[in-house]
Amino acid sequence: MKQLWLTAKLDIVESLRARWFQIYTLVFGGIVALLFVFGLTESRVLGFIGLSRLLVTYIQLTMAILPIFVLITTVRSVAGDREAGVFEYLLSLPVGLGAWFWGKIVGRYIVVFAPVFAAMLGAVIWATIQGIEVPWDMFGYYTALLAVMAMCFLGIGMLISAIARSTDMAQGAAFMVWLVLLLFLDLILLGVMIQGKVSPELAVTLALANPLQVFRTAALALFDPQLIVLGPSAYVILDLFGSTGYKIFALAYPAALGVLSATIGYLIFRRGDLP
Amino acid sequence: MIQFQNIAKTFRKTRVLDGIDLRIGLGERVALIGSNGAGKTTLIRCLLGEYTHDGEVRIDGLDPRDNRTAVLGKIGFVPQLPPPLKMPVGQLIDFSASLCGTDPARIHAIAKRLGLDIDGILTRQFVRLSGGMKQKLLIAIALGRDASVLVMDEPAANLDPEARKIFFDLLAERLEDATMIISSHRLDEVSSLVNRVIEMDMGKIVLDDKVADDVTLTDTLACRIVLKRFELAFARALDGWRIKASDPGQLVWQGDIAGPDRLRFLGIVSRYTALIADLSLKEA
Repeated sequence: MKQLWLTAKLDIVESLRARWFQIYTLVFGGIVALLFVFGLTESRVLGFIGLSRLLVTYIQLTMAILPIFVLITTVRSVAGDREAGVFEYLLSLPVGLGAWFWGKIVGRYIVVFAPVFAAMLGAVIWATIQGIEVPWDMFGYYTALLAVMAMCFLGIGMLISAIARSTDMAQGAAFMVWLVLLLFLDLILLGVMIQGKVSPELAVTLALANPLQVFRTAALALFDPQLIVLGPSAYVILDLFGSTGYKIFALAYPAALGVLSATIGYLIFRRGDLP
Repeated sequence: MIQFQNIAKTFRKTRVLDGIDLRIGLGERVALIGSNGAGKTTLIRCLLGEYTHDGEVRIDGLDPRDNRTAVLGKIGFVPQLPPPLKMPVGQLIDFSASLCGTDPARIHAIAKRLGLDIDGILTRQFVRLSGGMKQKLLIAIALGRDASVLVMDEPAANLDPEARKIFFDLLAERLEDATMIISSHRLDEVSSLVNRVIEMDMGKIVLDDKVADDVTLTDTLACRIVLKRFELAFARALDGWRIKASDPGQLVWQGDIAGPDRLRFLGIVSRYTALIADLSLKEA
């Protein structure tokens, strides 16, 4: 455990010094700041006003940015270190491969999640100071959703990083994965498929295998519990899971996907040549 | 005890190690020599458990791949090419010391003996150090713990003569309790450090020989050179070895060189043979 935390600390310090982290923090801090500046807490959409409105917008934006940001920066982790020739030396030190790999994941997870959460927390603190009511249920669930989203794409990123033999290949693969997930994002399109006699369960299962779609639907469900905007897909989802069941699924499935991907990545990393 | 048993390693149909059988005992100082592509680095990486391979590697009966922490805790490693680490020097030392269970102060002390101003570079990124500074720091990390096996790939290549002398002294302090494997392209670079030479070629061991062990690592030789005429380039070369002119005409030069460095020193001097009227090297 000591080795794992040492490795995590090493990765955190390396990340804090990296330019990508500064940009990453600036992006999410900037989003919240801009939402306040443009008076989003004052606007009303679908009956949402105040901090709820801001949080809904924030999570929608985060869902668009966070996955690609996490993927692109994480895939450099193993592949980049290997390519740079760092492994020959650092892995000659007495550190277990499990501690090394999972330590890097823990360190990177903290670094990836902290700015996203800090921005949201900052919004809540500011709202409290301004006397704006804080929707704690929504804040709690969105926090969990972001935590799981970070975990999911971090795991996928580490898997790609362990497989790829070069940074270029890793980044290309990460971009492709993100693009594929994005192309299969539209549940409305799946609604059309259902109308076209494709089994509704199959169509929705396909859609919900996509973590991006899972997050998007979960975020929608908070301000549109009947998922009216999704069209016919909503019936299948709600029949299959129920409203609360889907909320749980939206946390459990991506988390499992992330952990599974990271585990496969670890097994690949451990099996092959290290440098 | 280190044991390689029928080690073979193939990269994309190219056989880099071809059935290596080798036993290295405690206290042996082995020069692992051979041209580029001979398989030295691959063999070292197999020893460190970094490569998968056919055959078995055992260090005190343990497989370095399966027992990384136990095995690598005994090995101090200095790579030929310093890794491009962006972390600050202080963090690298603390990280290594924590993993190896040693006191960072030991590493600081050795780095200082090697002439490294460690306090002045603790916050500087490792990658921004000069080649010599990196080498000194990596040597300090390898020697600043209780390693029973020292694996060094061209360890003194970037060191100045004075640091080399101290490096030899540091190795001499570990003769009784450590096995050393020193890799190099050239035997003359390491011959005086070792008591056994293993030469590799095309992934095989082509020579395994004992070496006369008369030269001790702490030997010092008093050097005196008389020149026929002054030559600035030679004067600079001698100055690099801390050999100074002892007469106003700068024709007589005197100083001490480390015993294990004698071949290397003579190699430098041989470039200026025509200028030399007299040369003597005497054991102090």
